[in-house]
Amino acid sequence: MGILLNQDSRIMVQGITGKEGSFHARACMAYGTKVVAGVTPGKGGQLFDDEVPVYDSVAEAVARAGANVSLIFVPPPFAADAIAESVDAGVPLIACITEGVPVQDMVKVARYIENKPVRLIGPNCPGMINPGAQCKVGIMPGAIHMPGRVGVVSRSGTLTYEAVGQLTALGIGQSSCVGIGGDPIIGTSFVEILGLYNDDPDTDMVVFIGEIGGNMEQEAAAFIGEKMNKPVCALIVGATAPPGKRMGHAGAIITGESATAASKVKALREAGATIIPTPADIGVTAQQMLQAMG
Amino acid sequence: MKLHEYQAKAILSRYGIKIPLGHVASSPQEAQAATQAMGGKAVLKAQVHAGGRGKVGGVKVVQSPDEALQVAQAMLGKNLVTNQTGASGVPVNSLLVEELADIKRELYIAITIDRGFRGPVMIISAAGGMDIEEVSSTRPEDIHTEPIEPILGLMPFQTRRLVQKLGIEPAAARSAAQVMTSLYQIFVENDCSLVEINPLIITGDGQVIALDAKMDLEDDSLFRHADLHELRDRSQEDQLEAEAADLDIAYVNLEGDVGCLVNGAGLAMATLDVTNAAGAAPANFLDVGGGATDEKVAQAVEIILSDPKVKRVLVNVFGGILRCDVAARGVVIAYQRRNSNLPLVVRMLGTNLEEGKSILSESGLNVTFADTLTEAAQAIKQAI
Repeated sequence: MGILLNQDSRIMVQGITGKEGSFHARACMAYGTKVVAGVTPGKGGQLFDDEVPVYDSVAEAVARAGANVSLIFVPPPFAADAIAESVDAGVPLIACITEGVPVQDMVKVARYIENKPVRLIGPNCPGMINPGAQCKVGIMPGAIHMPGRVGVVSRSGTLTYEAVGQLTALGIGQSSCVGIGGDPIIGTSFVEILGLYNDDPDTDMVVFIGEIGGNMEQEAAAFIGEKMNKPVCALIVGATAPPGKRMGHAGAIITGESATAASKVKALREAGATIIPTPADIGVTAQQMLQAMG
Repeated sequence: MKLHEYQAKAILSRYGIKIPLGHVASSPQEAQAATQAMGGKAVLKAQVHAGGRGKVGGVKVVQSPDEALQVAQAMLGKNLVTNQTGASGVPVNSLLVEELADIKRELYIAITIDRGFRGPVMIISAAGGMDIEEVSSTRPEDIHTEPIEPILGLMPFQTRRLVQKLGIEPAAARSAAQVMTSLYQIFVENDCSLVEINPLIITGDGQVIALDAKMDLEDDSLFRHADLHELRDRSQEDQLEAEAADLDIAYVNLEGDVGCLVNGAGLAMATLDVTNAAGAAPANFLDVGGGATDEKVAQAVEIILSDPKVKRVLVNVFGGILRCDVAARGVVIAYQRRNSNLPLVVRMLGTNLEEGKSILSESGLNVTFADTLTEAAQAIKQAI
């Protein structure tokens, strides 16, 4: 089963006629994802690749194509508008890939989606994938995944692929993989994704990959200690980052003690997570844990 | 993006916050003349993008125009090293010459984004004029944090509460509240990631004045503030970091000798960690991004090769959007342009891997291939 996506997921791509939107819409379709609509204001009525109808608005894509997941590729100045339009149209699940969305735009979006029946993944994220359902809503290379029973959650893109690559190379399949995004303010936290994996009957254990900056990993550690009834192995990257410098991700910046890798590792270890020693050991650590579980 | 104190103060002043009478001097003679114009006494403040100036001679009170000339001669053109700069410090190219203030009380006031609250918070303290990090670790009870609901903005009941917490005398209360309201307006309208007044002073005659100011603009919002973008002072930035920023490449200069080129911020941090774990030290963090072309990869590698401390190069690319052949071509172009023969370890995975490998093999470069992160780290340790 996995989390967030399933066989009934019907995807619309906001920004489908743009360079990135069109490239990734094709890659999602090639993976088997049901891409049922595209949205580009002013280009309604076109057919994308002779196959996918393009609409002027999200509301039309929902009403006429039955879309129930939004995948957003619009440029940063328009990302908040694109997210809000999907929320307004009642889309329950949104992944915003866009990198570089102004923080104060996200402050407003975060308030707008509060208490609404919607889950936003991202922004500045690779999206999510459910290999068992052949459903990919994001920019990850589909071919590295295999269906299985390990859940993966991370803030980043290529590091998630690295983790998945190591798992698949050892024959360990994934129930789902989610990259929640590298920005300071994002729609869905680690805790929320861990909660979904905890409740998913088809996930046996979770690979958790955090990084420096903020204290979301500590919140995750608290959840793991108190609520999680499945084993978690955890990696924190950025131990070698100097304080005060933005390490690519806007959120990956050490501002105070709790933002350091050491403080996060400590919290996760004390919560009972198995610590992955280095980024090269993601696959083998998961393998050892699965063997220990029998 | 950071602003200088004088730039931040000009913005505060535009929003009605009182600042001391001041003049920016870029020569000792200008500093002398400005001091003269202020009645012969002034404070000279080095304009650098780093805190901790006061403790290392970056802020000096002068008692005469001649003293101003001497002090300015000693400060201008030198590098200032504070606890917030690297060992080489940052250049002092201008001084802010300001009138002396009659300080009765010093307060702290700032606004930043709180990730947990997912919105702006105002931070205040009656212990102004000190290093706030130090106050927060030694006397956390002296700091109050007020969340600001973005839909409402900073409300009058909140400024009344904050004024009361700071114990501000009735005569100055209204001015102090107005400073808070204006500061929030500045924060929102200019897309700041931080605005800080430390200290905000109350003078003997009850005036409320911003004696020092710090303002950081959020990089991702600069596209809507062309006017503010012009305030960027490249002399205060690490030169390689500034070059990379111009090319839209995420780059951070580090201390080691392993130049690192990676796609993706998370994998780039992971690559640094693995390199360190293997006993080698990275010279930089570099995320070339997802949609890079061979030219952009080449520019990124050139930044690495132009760093004199780099003795070996590690390329780690997980080819998804960025294809392996594109990355390989970019690396070869850069090595040829720089005429470099530094040892190169390449770990690539994903789209067009074989083509990428053959481009590198046939290039004549001193290249070692690795299949996994572990192999890459071992190879880079030995590549010297």
